Amino acid sequence: MSKKPLMRTWNWIDNRIGFSDYIMPLMEHLVPDSARWWYIFGSATLCAFIVQVFTGICLAMAYVPGGEKTYESLVYITNTAPLGNVLRGMHYYGASAMVMLAVIHMIQVYMHATYKYPREMNWMSGVVLLFVVLGMAFTGQLLRWDANGVWSVTVAAEMAGRTPIIGPTIAHFIMGGETVGGSTITRFFAMHVFIMPAIIFAGIGLHMLLIMRHGISEMPDPNDPVDPETYKEKYEERIQKTGVPFWPVAMWRDVIFSTAIVFVILGCSIFLGPPTLDPPPNPSSINANPLPDWYFLWYFAVLSLLPPKLETWVILGVPILGFIGLFFLPMISNKGHRAPSKRPWAGGTVIFGSVAFLVLTIYGYKKPWSPDFGVKELPASVVGTDQGPLMQGAKLMHIKGCLYCHDISGYGGHRGPELTEIGKLLTRDDLIIRINNGGHNMPAFASSISSDELHLIVDFLLTRGVDQDQPILNGDSP
Amino acid sequence: MNSDQPSTEKPCCQQQQRRTFLARLSIWLSAVIGVVVAIPGIGFVLAPVFKKPKSKWRPVGKLEDFKVDGFVLVQYEDSSSVAWAGITAKEGAWIRRASETEFIAFSINCRHLGCPVRWVDDPRLFMCPCHGGVYYEDGTVAAGPPPEPLKRLQVRINNGQVEIESGPTPLTLTKIT
Repeated sequence: MSKKPLMRTWNWIDNRIGFSDYIMPLMEHLVPDSARWWYIFGSATLCAFIVQVFTGICLAMAYVPGGEKTYESLVYITNTAPLGNVLRGMHYYGASAMVMLAVIHMIQVYMHATYKYPREMNWMSGVVLLFVVLGMAFTGQLLRWDANGVWSVTVAAEMAGRTPIIGPTIAHFIMGGETVGGSTITRFFAMHVFIMPAIIFAGIGLHMLLIMRHGISEMPDPNDPVDPETYKEKYEERIQKTGVPFWPVAMWRDVIFSTAIVFVILGCSIFLGPPTLDPPPNPSSINANPLPDWYFLWYFAVLSLLPPKLETWVILGVPILGFIGLFFLPMISNKGHRAPSKRPWAGGTVIFGSVAFLVLTIYGYKKPWSPDFGVKELPASVVGTDQGPLMQGAKLMHIKGCLYCHDISGYGGHRGPELTEIGKLLTRDDLIIRINNGGHNMPAFASSISSDELHLIVDFLLTRGVDQDQPILNGDSP
Repeated sequence: MNSDQPSTEKPCCQQQQRRTFLARLSIWLSAVIGVVVAIPGIGFVLAPVFKKPKSKWRPVGKLEDFKVDGFVLVQYEDSSSVAWAGITAKEGAWIRRASETEFIAFSINCRHLGCPVRWVDDPRLFMCPCHGGVYYEDGTVAAGPPPEPLKRLQVRINNGQVEIESGPTPLTLTKIT
């Protein structure tokens, strides 16, 4: 009895909005029964996006996009606002989840060659979505308007500025002027909150529409390559025979995986917390060490490894060629085999890409890989004594910044060659020439080092790798 | 019945013409709406791109505050700050009093990718934390990937005040070789 008014209300609404007539048939569209756990990543990406939209809207209730107030509002969200910390964390880990899931979804689609006829535009719309998601991730990092955020915009503007002819225009467009400041943050806010989400909503709409139009692809059959002439008919025939309704027969797997993802996001937020805020966004403060979030760290690491001549090509080429290559992939190959066993090059590409990403990311994290400003003095255990000229030489290695770049027995930076055994490899004259003249990507120290200091350093270096029991001749320098 | 044919054709053609006209009218008017709305918006968004670079002299300290020595970091307001910028309107420079009357100043932006370089006094070098760019005290490249020397800034002494000419963030426009 009590259900009747409820049913009547629902029927009234259903009659007007047409849920049963329009939405249910879409939900119940037939999908191949082979579409099982492989297919959960797309819907999980969508779920992560929903988490981002919701947490983002909540954060926007307290976020002030302008000048130092932005930083203050972030401090308020993080430290004072009830659940603000959790919300910021969820938005941060949700972004990571979204980037990760979008890439995994893409790899799965690539490995199963789902982008082939007739789903070329499914793939193309997905590639556009992936790049906008990366844009969201990048602008989001800058909305964390601390020292790192400020300097990351400068780096982004510099990179964009390398574009031939229109470079400065793009750079000034990004910064909203000629310097990084108040107009930059408001500009990034508009991009992150209005423009890019609008593109993502539209892109997801198109992506879903195309899924409905062409149906979810089957698991690839090595004996049945795609032939555009016959594919649609065969697919339709098979799906009518063996297909299962998406809701609820196929969808439960997506829901289970998405639930797990949401709990992981929440768990990370609660147990790891949001990223700590750097010092306030003062563009004149030099005590910043700009590093991008993890998904861009590989690219940042590449830029430290490249010979300068190649750099501009890579800075501009990687994103542009990456986009063009991915976007037009189905145009190059839209028929033939789909099974990974018949496409070894596809597997090789994915393995190579994943290993490269992993290695470069680890390299990016491996600190110190640039001048290490925080390096400590060499301890007596490494020097072999705690006094005398040898210790003076060791101290000078620190004072003159040699240790910023060179490692000795595990102490020091890794920018330059390790000097732990240098005493075995180079003569006194070699060392003097190298320190004075520089070369091989090392500054010349001739003008900033006295003769005495030079000899103390060289005497010390000559003991590296040489048996410590041997008498060390400190006073025989010319 | 046959006599009906011409009489129905005429209204049909008239209707067709009317439909074509209305379709075109709708498309053109929609385009007009789009242009009318877009022009001020696009102009507003692109305005900073076309604004001419301006530079302003900013005081960074009294003359007697600077000793003939290594570089010190100074902060001043950038040349194109907006009202809501707050602390983000600040700009920094490394400045050195080379003699009683001569000052040398460099932008803090590394010429590689714009990261903030640090002056390290003992080896007398500027070092960048991002990709290992190193510069000598005259701003020339000592090591690392920067393609150009540090950007030199103009300094003047005005009524006992040291002033720096503040301008756009120096972008490294490396030519593709």
